[in-house]
Amino acid sequence: MSGFPILSVLTLLPLLGGIMVVGLPDRKLARSFALGFSFLSLAQALGLWHTFKAANGGLQFVERADWIPSLGVQYFVGVDGLGLLMVLLTAIVVPLSLLVSGRVSERAPLYHALVLFLQAGLFGTFTALNFFHWFLFWELSLIPAFLLVRLWGGPQRAPAATQFFIYTMVGSVAMLLAFLAIFLATSKPGGAGVFDFIELGKLAARGALNPALAAKLGWFELTGRQIASVIFGGVLLGFAVKVPLMPFHTWLPATYAEAPTPVTMLLTGVMSKMGVYGFLRILLPIFPEQIQWLRTPLLALAVVTIVFSACAAFAQRDLKRILAYSSINHLGYCLLGVFAVATAGANVLAPAVEKAAALNGVLLQMFNHGLTAATLFMFVGFLEHRSGGLRGLNDFGGIRKVAPVFCGLMGIALFSSLGLPGLNGFVGEFLIFKGVFPLAMCSAALSVIGILVTAIVILTMLQRVFNGPLNEKWSKLPDLTLAERALVVIPIALMFVLGLWPRLILDVINPTVVQMVEQLKF
Amino acid sequence: MNYSQLLKFAAPETIVVLTALAVLAVDLTSLRGLEPRLRFIIGGMLACVGCAAAAVWMIVMPEQANAFGGMLVVDPLTQLVKVALLGLTVFTILISIESNFTQHVGEYLALILLATVGMMFLVSAEDLLMVFVSLEMTSLSLYILTAFNKRNIKSAEAALKYFLFGGMSAAFLLFGLSLIYGLSGATNLGGIAAALQGRKLDPLLVVALVMVVIGFGFKVAAVPFHLWAPDAYEGAPTPSAAFIASGSKVASFFIFAKVMIIGFAGATGSGAFGYYESGWVPMIAIVAVLSMVLGNLGAIVQGNVKRLLAYSAIAHGGYALLGMLANSQQGVAALVYYVITYGMTTLGAFGVVAVVEQATGDSKLSDLSGLCRRAPVVSVCMLVFMLSLAGIPPLAGFFGKFYVFLAAAAAVKNLGLLWLVVFAIAMSAVSLYYYLQVMKRIYISDPPAGAPRMRVAWLTQATLAVLAVSVVLLGCFPGWLVGLIERALASLAP
Repeated sequence: MSGFPILSVLTLLPLLGGIMVVGLPDRKLARSFALGFSFLSLAQALGLWHTFKAANGGLQFVERADWIPSLGVQYFVGVDGLGLLMVLLTAIVVPLSLLVSGRVSERAPLYHALVLFLQAGLFGTFTALNFFHWFLFWELSLIPAFLLVRLWGGPQRAPAATQFFIYTMVGSVAMLLAFLAIFLATSKPGGAGVFDFIELGKLAARGALNPALAAKLGWFELTGRQIASVIFGGVLLGFAVKVPLMPFHTWLPATYAEAPTPVTMLLTGVMSKMGVYGFLRILLPIFPEQIQWLRTPLLALAVVTIVFSACAAFAQRDLKRILAYSSINHLGYCLLGVFAVATAGANVLAPAVEKAAALNGVLLQMFNHGLTAATLFMFVGFLEHRSGGLRGLNDFGGIRKVAPVFCGLMGIALFSSLGLPGLNGFVGEFLIFKGVFPLAMCSAALSVIGILVTAIVILTMLQRVFNGPLNEKWSKLPDLTLAERALVVIPIALMFVLGLWPRLILDVINPTVVQMVEQLKF
Repeated sequence: MNYSQLLKFAAPETIVVLTALAVLAVDLTSLRGLEPRLRFIIGGMLACVGCAAAAVWMIVMPEQANAFGGMLVVDPLTQLVKVALLGLTVFTILISIESNFTQHVGEYLALILLATVGMMFLVSAEDLLMVFVSLEMTSLSLYILTAFNKRNIKSAEAALKYFLFGGMSAAFLLFGLSLIYGLSGATNLGGIAAALQGRKLDPLLVVALVMVVIGFGFKVAAVPFHLWAPDAYEGAPTPSAAFIASGSKVASFFIFAKVMIIGFAGATGSGAFGYYESGWVPMIAIVAVLSMVLGNLGAIVQGNVKRLLAYSAIAHGGYALLGMLANSQQGVAALVYYVITYGMTTLGAFGVVAVVEQATGDSKLSDLSGLCRRAPVVSVCMLVFMLSLAGIPPLAGFFGKFYVFLAAAAAVKNLGLLWLVVFAIAMSAVSLYYYLQVMKRIYISDPPAGAPRMRVAWLTQATLAVLAVSVVLLGCFPGWLVGLIERALASLAP
């Protein structure tokens, strides 16, 4: 399709912004420029959302150009409902994060530039449809994130950043090797292989991928199916670390706790979605057979992730760590939905409907969790600033009396995270459970424990921090300032709007989801 | 073939030789009284014009010829590599112009040009005699270039070390080559391959093979023949070191691969996982692994940027050897792309070091502290070079590695060399650490108190900027260079 290369512009804009901002001499200027660029991106993303033809469901705004012909690498970008939703989420969370970054005084231009680079990497990842440049952006987003944690993080930032980097790097390398193997297996003699996600999905749907792998790679007399499973394992590792799926989660609490709060907002709000996005865009279409084959253990891992992370959150005493574990818990529901749909569902009355419900729920949950978790971390950031760095569960108490607005608004965000009907968190979780229950009853039933424990965790937090006798130390705790109120009102309002009227998003993603369900043959 | 034809085929080399003589003559006759900087500018421009003329000659008049049974082979691929070599030479001269380590401007420039001639002949040679002669011509010029800073005792020490190692490895190489001649009765690579075809890997051939690998391993600074490199890089005047690390690497890797792939086609062997078979491939595989380990681990502990770059060069030699191990057309293409882009990147990095050295008098890591405030343009260039060396997308270093790894993985059935690729990826993750250390010095550390902004000549800045932009462009659009290389290779295929 010819026309204005709007998605390339989307990715390049923050990149250019970052390059400009890094050269600016002082903090204020850098900050206003970075904010300007992030609002431009937001405007562009909203424009995309507006012009996107929702009923179509397929890829739109497609750009395609030969890049490295001898390797069959094409520059291929486009978005469907899934990609668009993620682009919008990124475009919303980045300005929020920048708005609360006002306290970064050290090397501020570099900080703001790195955030913009991260945004460019995220946009690139969510729009790329060819492995080559998709991987390029995937890696490119890791480096600014690492530096942001490493340079502006808390006291334990060095080990946390290193752990974060090594975990995600190992996952990426496994994924790179897996895709190299696929590329070589699909290459014709003297020709190039396939890096194109859509093309690979079609190959897999035709059942042509396993024979190709078997013909080209005869490792230790493994069959094509087994080799495909090894390769699947490589890609899975890459995404499982990023989401994270237990037991690959150990980097996350330390990283979220040590990163400066605005960066944690980005990590949990958007970067964790990269993993789930990868599951939906890459693993489900390209390895349907393997997911189906390994469905039971994968579902078990998802349940473990949901239940154990909720329990782990209960055991934590640091607000940021509690939220970090609860973040793992919420993304566990997404994975539960993803794995549950990987079945023919012969014993289900209307499998297509349930699958669509589950996947719609997954997408909604991604967006809602991004919004809610980012907002919650923002609140913790405000609290931390007021308390001079303290953020223990037991450090506060009764602050509702001195800061009622703060507690009211944060309470709304917490209830959204808990999944209270009427707020956005409920809709996604409800749809996921509605879809998963008939498809994988046992797992759904066990996961409910996770919901219960999360509720306990969040209510405990509300009780310990906001209620009870006032801790005299905080009798002078200032309430939210006007600027802060103006800032948090936006996500809070969105929580209500999406909770009461989820069709705002569902109408856009549903056609994509329906198409996805049709294309997935199990 | 008559001599006028030969002259036509060797015209680019002839042009460069004439330029070298002209630079010497002009400097001797009319520039003596001027200050060194002016002499450098005039002589340097003359040399650049000569190189450019030779490059343009090759681009405008592509030839295909094989003179005297492989003594001088002119084809699209060798011409491409020679143009790249000339480009690297021009950049080397441009970053030397502002340096002040010598009064002997004419001699310095002439030696660089003569070394270039040696490299150009080396690239074109498919005959053992010619290989050896041009290798020696290059090496001798480089020894002198290393010793050129007469005021610095380290320079003399480095040159002596380089020379002693070089002389010894040349002896090994010559011994190996003579054994090969004895075994095959031919000095031409094609003839050797034909004579060795079907021959078992007997002890004599193994000795010859090992000797040859030692000889070339020294030239490409592969472990365990790398000991000269850190000292030579550190002691040599920075532009000389840059030239040794860039141009000489490109030519040496090219001829190394050619000798192995064409000459020892019958003794390939296999280094595939689980399918070991002796030959040159497993031998080079070991050398590559050692180079990657020692280069990367050695670089971590260096406190001097030039030494760090030397160890990084050793490590990069290891990656590049993977392209050679692939022993396929794609492997050669990947190798050529890799060494050319690596040459440009490392040349740029040395250029930055030269700037720092001129301002602070040394090239310790701590001398880079706060460079981003003292010389912003230069430090942005250094950022590009370091990230490219670390293999960060979308720079040329990333695609180079990707391409080499892909070629190595694709070369042997069932991804037999995947173990090497996994190893190389792990090692390049290690390398990120020390490149980021350099970055940290430049961007995070504070400059020494009261240090003024550096005065960087516009020519140096422009040269470095051009190199940095090329590294970015070659990384973003690798299709152009890869296409050129692959078309050149395709035209060679029988």
